[in-house]
Amino acid sequence: MPGQPLIRTENLAKVYRTGKVEVRALCGVDLEVGRGEYVVLMGPSGSGKSTLMHLLGCLDTPTSGHYWLDDRDITTLDEVELARFRNRQVGFVFQSFNLLPRLSARANVTLPMVYAGVKPRERALRARELLEQVGLADRADHRPNELSGGEMQRVALARALANRPSLILADEPTGNLDTRTSEEIMTLLDNFARQGNTIIIVTHDPEVAAHAGRVVRLRDGRIEDDDRPPSASRDARTAVKP
Amino acid sequence: MTFWDLLKLSLATFRTHRMRSFLTALGIIIGVMTVIAIVALIQGMNFEVERQISTLGSNTIYVQKVAWGMGQIDFDELAGRPDLGLADAEALGRLRSLAHVAPQRSRNVNRITHRGEKVTSVGLVGATPAVVHTVNYRVETGRFINTDDSLRKRAVCVVGPYIVDNLFPEVNPVGRKLTIEGRRFTIIGVLEAKGSFLGQSQDNIIIVPLSTFDKYFPEPRSRRERIFGGITIGAVPRPGVTVEQAIDDMRELMRRRHGLGYDKPDDFAINTQDTLRELYQNITRVAFIVMIAVAGISLLVGGIGIMNIMLVAVAERTREIGLRKALGATNRDVLWQFLLEAVLLAVVGGAIGILLGLGIAKLAEALAHLKAAAPFWTILLGFGFSAGVGIFFGIYPASRAARLNPIDALRYE
Ligand SMILES: Nc1ncnc2c1ncn2[C@@H]1O[C@H](COP(=O)(O)OP(=O)(O)O)[C@@H](O)[C@H]1O
Ligand SMILES: [Mg+2]
Repeated sequence: MPGQPLIRTENLAKVYRTGKVEVRALCGVDLEVGRGEYVVLMGPSGSGKSTLMHLLGCLDTPTSGHYWLDDRDITTLDEVELARFRNRQVGFVFQSFNLLPRLSARANVTLPMVYAGVKPRERALRARELLEQVGLADRADHRPNELSGGEMQRVALARALANRPSLILADEPTGNLDTRTSEEIMTLLDNFARQGNTIIIVTHDPEVAAHAGRVVRLRDGRIEDDDRPPSASRDARTAVKP
Repeated sequence: MTFWDLLKLSLATFRTHRMRSFLTALGIIIGVMTVIAIVALIQGMNFEVERQISTLGSNTIYVQKVAWGMGQIDFDELAGRPDLGLADAEALGRLRSLAHVAPQRSRNVNRITHRGEKVTSVGLVGATPAVVHTVNYRVETGRFINTDDSLRKRAVCVVGPYIVDNLFPEVNPVGRKLTIEGRRFTIIGVLEAKGSFLGQSQDNIIIVPLSTFDKYFPEPRSRRERIFGGITIGAVPRPGVTVEQAIDDMRELMRRRHGLGYDKPDDFAINTQDTLRELYQNITRVAFIVMIAVAGISLLVGGIGIMNIMLVAVAERTREIGLRKALGATNRDVLWQFLLEAVLLAVVGGAIGILLGLGIAKLAEALAHLKAAAPFWTILLGFGFSAGVGIFFGIYPASRAARLNPIDALRYE
């Protein structure tokens, strides 16, 4: 639906309870992200960035508040619908790659398509296309332990894109990588952004932040600063360095 | 997610955990193997025993001192029972409900010789010509004993194929002589082969006239002979008379002859094919119960093993479960993944057990001269039971895996 934001949260809150201790990880986050926007989420450690990303990725449910993704109120969905959203709408990239160690790069990339019920032939074609896109066509049969950190994260990126999600979430995708490989990953993400994908990246790296059109800062579970340009999605694209 | 995707997933786990999977399946393997082997052997035995029992003559009734069976034996009571005699046979022969009555006596003899060749441990039967109506003896060559042989107490005999094979391998034995414990007999006929029963030949038998038997081989009066000796009277009801009616008449007659009051128990026994069948069924019932117990325990142990290994697998693969859910697996996808793994483990174990069980049955067949027959239902039963065990013991670990929250599972260390 054009004009409608892809993501809208209203007073989103998450409280973790461990025994008697309560941790208020998020307390009332209102966030809107338009289609095609490229957003960087920053903030000190423990400020709630990962918690927010997990909620946006439908991996967890908020304690209170509302979250609309693609105009559906996520808090009202049942388990099967949530799985479907995680499968089709969201591509999640983790700091620790999270590849299945016993599967080849190809099989890891195929996984979201398996759960989407894509036909085996189509899966194979798409997996090859994705691995080519991240420059790993020749590593398709390698297992994660035969790949470098940068290569593993590229496989994870390919996997996140498998079902052409409307939202890509990357939680410190370069946190475990050295500077050079970080740049490779960021270049790929920039490319995705340039192709009109909606991307939210968590990072501590100001270099990375400079790529994005919009920086949201979290502190103690609240949005501290949101330097949102007037026309987000258009500016997001022009802001990308050539 | 298609069934093939799930299947590939489960099979991959077995490839990575070969030894563990095998050890886990061992309980199921042993359980199913036991069931299949024992069922196959019992089936084979049933078949053989039924064949043997039916050769007795389907409606022959035997009056004897001792009942066939394995119950408690009171030797003193048995020793006190009167011997059955020819007079009893004659009296029974006058019953209107009976068509044929044939008394017979038998014992083991050990020295059967012919020109220096010797066989031992042969069943010697003294019988009257009417025995062909009560026991299914069939003559292959020569003739059976006749009334004349009986009246004249002739030293003639009809021999089983075992005797022929051992003493007259090359020549027709009819008309030739053999010596039974020092007495010379002329062979007048050869019986058809009956085969063996539980590894014991039914063909090493010699039949002589009962009168000749009593003349040449009077009963030794050992305690054993006092109890089990005496004649056996075989009887066949007249057409139109049921076995039950005939038994009633025979019992009444025998009680009268023995002067038994109405409150006294029988001091003789009336045995039929059904007695033998019941006896046999009692033995196999015990075997069945033991089998069910053994199989039940191994399946239970096997099932607990599967549950244990599946709980370990779920714990080990918590992060994998979290990741799969993060990528779009539903609770049901995860449930199926782990349930199928448990069921496959059990069913593959069951298949191995079926093969081993059939192998054991074949081996026993070769070693014990027994027919083994595994009917198709036992194989289905083996598969059914192992699948059932897989589902029953796999459902809890699988549903635990399915209920995991994706992000908690991903964070699990
Ligand atoms: N599963 C959890 N249980 C309890 N507390 C948690 C859990 N996850 C995160 N927290 C707490 O919530 C707060 C925010 O965490 P997180 O969102 O991971 O921060 P960030 O990613 O910005 O470093 C922290 O104080 C953290 O300790
Ligand atoms: Mg974090």
